[in-house]
Amino acid sequence: MNKYENNKKAVQKLVLDKSVHRDVYINEEIFKLEMEQLFPNVWIFIGHASQIKTPGDFITSKIGNQPILVSRHRDNSIHVLYNRCPHKGVKIASEPCGNTGKFFRCPYHAWSFKTDGSLLAVPLKKGYEGTGFADTAASKGLSKVENVKIYKDFIFARLSKNGPSFEDYFGDSLSTIDNMVDRSPNGALEIVSSPIRYMHTCNWKMLVENQTDTCHPMVAHESSAGTAVKVWEREKVNSVSKDTPIAVQFYAPFMSPYEFYESTGIRIWPNGHGHTGVTGSIHQDYTDVDGYMEQMVEKHGDEKAKQIINDVRHNTVYFPNIMVKGAVQILRNFIPISVDKTLVESWCFRLVGAPQKFFERSLMYNRFINAPTSIVGHDDLEMYERAQEGLKSDGNEWVNLQRLYDEDEKHDVTEIINGTSERQMRNQFNAWSKYMTLNMSEKLEAAE
Amino acid sequence: MKQETIIDFIYEEAFLLDTMQWSKWLELYDKDARYWMPMEWNQTDPMMQQSLMYEDMLLLTIRVERLSGERTFSQKPKSRSHHILQTPKILEFNEEKDLFKTWTPFTYTETRGDILERFSGWASHDLKLVDNNIKISLKRIDLINFDAPFSNIQLFM
Ligand SMILES: [Fe+2]
Repeated sequence: MNKYENNKKAVQKLVLDKSVHRDVYINEEIFKLEMEQLFPNVWIFIGHASQIKTPGDFITSKIGNQPILVSRHRDNSIHVLYNRCPHKGVKIASEPCGNTGKFFRCPYHAWSFKTDGSLLAVPLKKGYEGTGFADTAASKGLSKVENVKIYKDFIFARLSKNGPSFEDYFGDSLSTIDNMVDRSPNGALEIVSSPIRYMHTCNWKMLVENQTDTCHPMVAHESSAGTAVKVWEREKVNSVSKDTPIAVQFYAPFMSPYEFYESTGIRIWPNGHGHTGVTGSIHQDYTDVDGYMEQMVEKHGDEKAKQIINDVRHNTVYFPNIMVKGAVQILRNFIPISVDKTLVESWCFRLVGAPQKFFERSLMYNRFINAPTSIVGHDDLEMYERAQEGLKSDGNEWVNLQRLYDEDEKHDVTEIINGTSERQMRNQFNAWSKYMTLNMSEKLEAAE
Repeated sequence: MKQETIIDFIYEEAFLLDTMQWSKWLELYDKDARYWMPMEWNQTDPMMQQSLMYEDMLLLTIRVERLSGERTFSQKPKSRSHHILQTPKILEFNEEKDLFKTWTPFTYTETRGDILERFSGWASHDLKLVDNNIKISLKRIDLINFDAPFSNIQLFM
């Protein structure tokens, strides 16, 4: 079981120009290294500031497999802490969110901590006198995550000391988050509802790759989107309203032909980020909402308002594990549980100040597409599960990612390309290889 | 109408589901009916709070037709379901208002291939009479663990 640990070269060899070795999806040691190396080395989304509006509010989250606690302090600052008591390791908070009042209190031995993590009190303090307690890590309280960035209320953190700065890491890809925020006439987003949670028995990277896989909807979703179109065509004569129902507006574009995806393009950015739907997308034809354009023009002016609303990017992948859909205000978080198990949490944002219709639409999209009861979800999960099984076959150890490969293509660049390219997947794996090995020990590798 | 007729109707729905008589099952629903699975405890609003399902007859028809589609790979092999119902409690029996409400604790099992998953919850039915036939105007399914991360739920509770 020591094929990859401290073996930078072996890890790098899993990613070739046009293909990746199956071990990235099915090898348990690789998964363990992703938790120890990849996730700590990069910026991970852990929550949204609207979830912790008042002092004492907290949310719990994860970076890789490490429990994280995010809290709002009495001076309104936000603190990202490791969610474990410095005494015996007990998780300080276990609910997804709540308000702890003025301090956190460990339920096991009542050690207490201010909401910035610092130690407040320890019972039977006398017992620690003369034991050198002040010199221990325990006396410092809850360990703090140092590298935290709150970007337009989106909270990101990087655990490792050595790694890219937030700005270098995300660069221009932040324009998708900007666009989603700009869609609120008040310039603010709000989380007011729990996410839809959906358990997947597959590796987390299959889900991330699927987000920019434009060659699968018309095939894998023929069963759901194709049936939806067929049933509506037949039933609409009996329908009172002849307007296409919003459900069919959501489903039908999944059946768009290859040419549609080819022409709407993919934009790639450095560090594994990228998005589908550059010049148009499956989200472009939804019915307008009364009064919204006027609000946006008032806030942004005519030209900018149109630019914001017409930027209907499809799926934006923020490597490694979130996807943002600005046009329907959804963020999907692909949370790795084990090598073949991934929890997907899909969040809806309310556009503060916008007509209610948008939030209603966002919730609707979420249950149609991202729920365990979603027929589109059923199509996709079936494919991931079959891949997770199929990859155990020794017949071929490689996964092919070469659609529209060009031998001159460069890594870590910004480019707009044909929308049926698998280049964004290659882009992700280039980032995967880079950040898996960023802080791997060189010394032990040489000893091999 | 007798109260027993209502109770028999609830059992009949489970029978049609477990024997996969989908089109007969759809006929139990009024044309404006909704099938609702909330995702919150004591949820009051199906649209402005997150639901797992809130579907009209068009969407339920799409689901049913999809189940037998040639390219519905998530139904190869097919899923099967199994309902165990507690005796439905009649919450409202109002012939004047044409409104009948029942509450039915259930255990539901869905299986596909080697996987078997079990769910527990409460089904609430709002019923009415249409041309002397009982029809469902709202079926609401509250799971005891509505906020847990489920894998695929492909059939109907
Ligand atoms: Fe899909």
